[in-house]
Amino acid sequence: MADEATTSTPARPEGRSDGPSGRPPGPGGRGPGGPGGPGGRKFFRRKKVCKFCTEKIDAISYRDVRLLQGFVAERGKIVPRRLTGVCTTHQRRLTKAIKQARNIALLPFAARF
Amino acid sequence: MQRVYEVMFIVRPDVADEDLDKLIAGLDQTVTSGGGSVRSTEKLGKRKLAYLVRKFNDGNYVLLTIEAGGSLIAELERRLRVSEPVIKFITVRMDEEDKRLAKVRAIRATKKKLSAVQPVAEPAPVAPAPPAEAPAPASTETTTQASA
Repeated sequence: MADEATTSTPARPEGRSDGPSGRPPGPGGRGPGGPGGPGGRKFFRRKKVCKFCTEKIDAISYRDVRLLQGFVAERGKIVPRRLTGVCTTHQRRLTKAIKQARNIALLPFAARF
Repeated sequence: MQRVYEVMFIVRPDVADEDLDKLIAGLDQTVTSGGGSVRSTEKLGKRKLAYLVRKFNDGNYVLLTIEAGGSLIAELERRLRVSEPVIKFITVRMDEEDKRLAKVRAIRATKKKLSAVQPVAEPAPVAPAPPAEAPAPASTETTTQASA
């Protein structure tokens, strides 16, 4: 056939209803863009709430390593907020605290080589 | 205009306790002679470091909370940089954060007071309601019995 490129074959992942903004990478399709946002998923994944907002933790200090470790991946990378469900203000404070903790060797920069 | 700072530094693990105390005393002296005040000194003890610092795997953590001006902090940091047993330090300014936390707590305190006033009024209307309902079904019951 002449135009093979445009026909959608079953192998292509974007066969079903697609959101206008495109697929978010990975399984984390939550937030206000529920139906129509993530490609393929009709419902948004169980709206995750910000841990700091619910438990009313205001002070995120670089000193409490145990709290910070919950938001740091195995290799030492900071986990994105679409996976942890943290709100923007707290994510920014959290990032600052994690970077301070890294500077004072409470958290690693890169771990588990 | 005194700002509040938190200075955390790591001392080599092979330093004796008395030398550590001497070092901390020297730093306190620097602060007080420069017009600041030391709020608290905390020795967090030996901890394993997350990565190798000057070929050490663990270190002695010390936390100082200081009230001082900016220039004094610069002097303190210079001292820490120069002193041989200190392998790492970080200074964090805490007064703005403390102000914000105090504000949040004040707002939360006023909110609590508002909710504490209401529950006193609520039990009063609730109590008469059930007894009012109880006699009503009882009277209907008796009428049905009579008709049957």
